[in-house]
Amino acid sequence: MDVDGGPAERKVTCPGEVLTSAQDFMRGHGTYVDDENVVASVAGTMERVNKLVTVKAVRTRYNAQVGDLVVGRISEVQPKRWKVDANARQDAVLMLSSVNLPGGVQRRKLESDELQMRSFFEEGDLLVAEVQAFFGDGSMSLHTRSLSYGKLRNGQLVVVSPNLIRRLKSHFITLPCGVDLILGLNGYIWVSKHVRQSDREGEEGFDAEAVYSNQNDVIDDATRTAISRVANIIRILATRFIPLSDSILLQAYEWTIEQDHQVPDLLQEDFGDALVASVTNL
Amino acid sequence: MSSRVEILNEGGYRSDGRKQYELRDMAVDLSQQGAADGSATLSHGLTQVQASVFGPREAKLRSQTFYDRATINVELSIASFSTGERRKRSRNDKRTLELAAAIKSTFEPVVQTNLYPRTQIDIYIQVIQQDGGLLQACINATTLALACAGIPLLDFVCAVTGGVHSTSSMLDLTTLEENDLPYVTVATMPSSGKVTLATMETRLHVDRFEEIFRLACDAGQVIHKEMRAALRTRTAVLLAAVQSTTVPSGDAGGDKDDEPMYEYR
Repeated sequence: MDVDGGPAERKVTCPGEVLTSAQDFMRGHGTYVDDENVVASVAGTMERVNKLVTVKAVRTRYNAQVGDLVVGRISEVQPKRWKVDANARQDAVLMLSSVNLPGGVQRRKLESDELQMRSFFEEGDLLVAEVQAFFGDGSMSLHTRSLSYGKLRNGQLVVVSPNLIRRLKSHFITLPCGVDLILGLNGYIWVSKHVRQSDREGEEGFDAEAVYSNQNDVIDDATRTAISRVANIIRILATRFIPLSDSILLQAYEWTIEQDHQVPDLLQEDFGDALVASVTNL
Repeated sequence: MSSRVEILNEGGYRSDGRKQYELRDMAVDLSQQGAADGSATLSHGLTQVQASVFGPREAKLRSQTFYDRATINVELSIASFSTGERRKRSRNDKRTLELAAAIKSTFEPVVQTNLYPRTQIDIYIQVIQQDGGLLQACINATTLALACAGIPLLDFVCAVTGGVHSTSSMLDLTTLEENDLPYVTVATMPSSGKVTLATMETRLHVDRFEEIFRLACDAGQVIHKEMRAALRTRTAVLLAAVQSTTVPSGDAGGDKDDEPMYEYR
């Protein structure tokens, strides 16, 4: 990240601020050219790579890239496709042809599948998917053709700013307290009960009942508490604009356990400040 | 003169103790409100408004979807307790709709809508308190909220009202002054000096107009300074928070290779 511009290159900008001359530099995202000057159009940091000047906004909606892992919510069922709200500028599209259907990965999609699309995903269902491609108008196409993707259950959703999610080696995180986390790059985070991978996949590799089920498993009280605790920690860090990563979350979780506080206490202002102070060098 | 209160006394002071060209105190709060992408609470003296921006997001109506740009949708609501006399305004109140339309047309040339085709940018403005300069406060709050949401703007839009009392012009009028004086609201883009809005509801002598107009443009520069300082502070705070964990998590990321117990897959 820091390769292209050291701290000296970082400059805070405001809309309408003249950055450099347009004759010597090229304008990138977050800038425009006005009267031979490159001018910033968003509030953020200026970055320069050779002759290209860009401004990266501190807070924006999610800008998708192919291969990103996202968590989304079905907003509409349309012919052969689902519309998915993924915190981006436009709703994403999940084609019927890019989901795994019961009866094997290689199965052809039939007309009957099209008629019973709501039995797979209904409006309001949450799912985890990967960005597959972009359409001409900039909206993204998703796919769930992997055993780790699909419908979500056994947990709760926490929404944070997408700028807080760093790209990690894996966005599926298991905390030692029996909580699974899916850090969607679009800022939607799924906090759920830990399910062993073998259970997720089923015996013959793909268990349709389990994948498209709307029923939660039995979740014991300890797990419920742990899920709420993790969700509250994420909320605290998000309100203070701390980027989330597995190490920070784990550190914060251990700290709250040490402090021996009840879960609802976590959301108190002073406690949040103490938590943030303990995990960052702010 | 209908009012019992002197608008401008012999010492050159106005009813609230300000000089002719003095602006009221400005307070800006840019902290996040609810699920909004960007929000700002701004007050000019006793006038206080809160603006929230959502989007760019999927346009709700097919008719509002344009293949080459985003639509801007402004909704203004005035709290019934915001004025001295309690008065409930309906959603379709003529005056409210007119203000919303003025705000929309002010921002259409400033927001780079062509970058976000087929989307919609929603701006919700809540008026909490009014004491004159309502449109000016709404425009300034909206500018900050849009900037906070990371929506590309050509420039800030800074609005201010200017009025004239017999022959002496004054800036940033209160309700008391607005009731008695002819006034103009001018919204400028301070870096380029362009004017995106000039509106008045009262009659103003044409000889006075230019003077007030120039004065309001100059006052826009002052307001711009305040707004930019607030936005810069906010941006710097967020950046500091983002960078606060950079060093430790970078180290942890490197160490992660030998302790894969918290990951599966």
